[in-house]
Amino acid sequence: MMLMRDLSRPLETDIPADALLEVQHLTMRFGGLVAIDDLSFTARKNEITAIIGPNGAGKTTVFNCLTGFYKPTVGRLTLNHPDKGPFLLERMEGFRIAQKADVARTFQNIRLFSRMSVLENLIVAQHNRLMKASAFSLAGLLFMKRYAKAEKEAVELAKYWLDKVGLYERADWDAGNLPYGDQRRLEICRAMCIQPALLCLDEPAAGLNPRESLELNDLLMSIRDDEGIGVLLIEHDMSVVMQISDHIVVLDYGRKIADGDPLAVRTDPAVIKAYLGEDEDEAIPEDIVQDLGLSTRTGGTKQGDGGNA
Amino acid sequence: MAGPEANVTAGPDSDGRAPMQGGINLAEVVKESAIAAGIAGLLSLPLLGLHAANVGAQLLLRTRWELFFAAVAVVFVGRFVLALFRDRRKRPSHGPSAFDRTLHVIHERMLVIGIVALVAAVILPFTEWGGDRYIIYTATTFLIYVMLGWGLNIVVGLAGLLDLGYVAFYAVGAYCYALIATHFGWSFWVVLPLSGLFAAFFGVILGFPVLRLRGDYLAIVTLGFGEIVRVILINWYDVTNGPDGIIGIPRITFFGIEFRRGEGTFADLFGLDFSALHVMVFLYFVILVLAVITNLFTQRMRKLPTGRAWEALREDEIACRSLGINPTNVKLSAFALGAMFGGFAGSFFSVRAGFISPESFTFIESAIILAIVVLGGMGSQLGVVIAAAFVVVMPEVFRQFEQYRMLMFGGAMVLIMVWRPRGLLAFRSPTILMHPKDGKKTIVLKKEGA
Repeated sequence: MMLMRDLSRPLETDIPADALLEVQHLTMRFGGLVAIDDLSFTARKNEITAIIGPNGAGKTTVFNCLTGFYKPTVGRLTLNHPDKGPFLLERMEGFRIAQKADVARTFQNIRLFSRMSVLENLIVAQHNRLMKASAFSLAGLLFMKRYAKAEKEAVELAKYWLDKVGLYERADWDAGNLPYGDQRRLEICRAMCIQPALLCLDEPAAGLNPRESLELNDLLMSIRDDEGIGVLLIEHDMSVVMQISDHIVVLDYGRKIADGDPLAVRTDPAVIKAYLGEDEDEAIPEDIVQDLGLSTRTGGTKQGDGGNA
Repeated sequence: MAGPEANVTAGPDSDGRAPMQGGINLAEVVKESAIAAGIAGLLSLPLLGLHAANVGAQLLLRTRWELFFAAVAVVFVGRFVLALFRDRRKRPSHGPSAFDRTLHVIHERMLVIGIVALVAAVILPFTEWGGDRYIIYTATTFLIYVMLGWGLNIVVGLAGLLDLGYVAFYAVGAYCYALIATHFGWSFWVVLPLSGLFAAFFGVILGFPVLRLRGDYLAIVTLGFGEIVRVILINWYDVTNGPDGIIGIPRITFFGIEFRRGEGTFADLFGLDFSALHVMVFLYFVILVLAVITNLFTQRMRKLPTGRAWEALREDEIACRSLGINPTNVKLSAFALGAMFGGFAGSFFSVRAGFISPESFTFIESAIILAIVVLGGMGSQLGVVIAAAFVVVMPEVFRQFEQYRMLMFGGAMVLIMVWRPRGLLAFRSPTILMHPKDGKKTIVLKKEGA
């Protein structure tokens, strides 16, 4: 009899070596509704890739396919793990994507363990490592040293991230009692504590004030540059997207309408059309140009949800 | 426990003595009381004031004016007092009530209280109450419920899986010992771990079909599971002896030494005069040890990855998945370990009673155990003890009120739930602290119901 091979581990891939995540022909249908239609893009190592698009464009659906909450109807999602080799995410069961392929994510509506302390949230994130170290909790039950040591390391890692976002002093607070901005940062810390290869952030700047947005930019750039982790980002806040993204994918009605660096995307006529709902040749009234700051830094991609209804 | 709200150390009653603002409009209060009394009068006239009495073959209508006026007066005075003190109540309080603070202190001193309670439990049989069979018997029953409460606490309090069929595992443990002991004559001490394992196995069997369910749906399926086990016990006559139950279950031994009169028995060996109390006290200590093991196991488990995953699962299953935690394993381990302690308690129950029948494992038992966990405050170990004392001891204390005792019990339970909607000790201590030293200083109490 032939030994069963793990079908989520391809023997070889045709994706380029610098690609971290290769999405090929991803399609997601819910009954008759096509949420994502033949989407292909690449996220590279040590880069921040942003997915933007008007409301309902299918951005979060892409994330849910990537992190195993949905099974894509069609498509191949290859994660090229820097240490472990390639994984085919669409073949993996939900939680294994985080467990084996090290893909971490955050949620649009924060999902912390709100009645557990900040530190506990970060320790739970290291569950799999601690389970292994404690022989499925048995070593811990017998008060063996190896578990105490593993737990200490877990606390050290948590401390590193709490220091980084300035939450160390509040480590023993209930997570649910933190201010909103801190909860957002804590969720990113928690995702980082699984020591991911790819970090998927679903609107991390939502609800943050301008100062907090700037701090978030620094944090994300530090994750990219200091930790060397690829970041996939859904964001509406263009001040975040345009400043820190290396690569932007624009979705509209589940289709990719633009793909490129911030400058190219900002001036792309299709993107302007999707966001503002204007014909390209139709002149935009002067006051709207001013309100949206089209002539300024943010260009034509300033988020406005009035246009695409 | 941390939160920006209301510091516990705020001075007591700093707001309680403040002068009343605006005073009370006496005429308003009297008018309001009169209206309430009038309504009470209308209602109580036919209900209390008139009374149909059988005199011989005749039906006479009698009046009972004294009852009628008493009811009206009670309502009037009650409403009057209520209205007088209403303003006081309505003023926003600047901090937790004295009761909240007391409970918080209890929570803080959990370890000390636990040790004191344990010492009290150990010396109880050697005090003058120890000679009272009734007290030892009730204390043993109480400890069975404490143990069941702690066992169910793993499933409901920690993992957040609402289980209405916990009594099924209690029954599995009980029948496991009863059947093995009567058929094969194995000792209690051999069967005890076996019945725990067997109940854990049943926990996994229950766990599999309900993996995808949560909340109400899970509760219904577990309720059904509890009933299935009971119905099987009633109908599988060849094995379980059906509704007749199993009689003559071998009694407990002192690790092989029997509690009887005569040579080589417990009393003989220890040079004591034989007394039927010995076996009861021994049973009391057995369940005490079992309960303490349950408690220590759970306390330790909370600090281990599995236990933390239980609590994380209770908080947010989707977040757990996103962190690579296998929800299947987490749920099954909670069901299995919770069931295991139910099984231990079950086999203890059957060795103590000497007779078991499906009667003992009805839904009301599940409901009582669940009530203990919920009343005590989900996940709180000490809360379970207090609630078990309430649930087991209250009906005993109120025995003199005969048929009203269940009414009082139910009423008291409703009051607690109105007063403390999240249970008596709804506090949770973090399982690990980053700043253990100043933990004591910065304790701030979150307001109830937040």
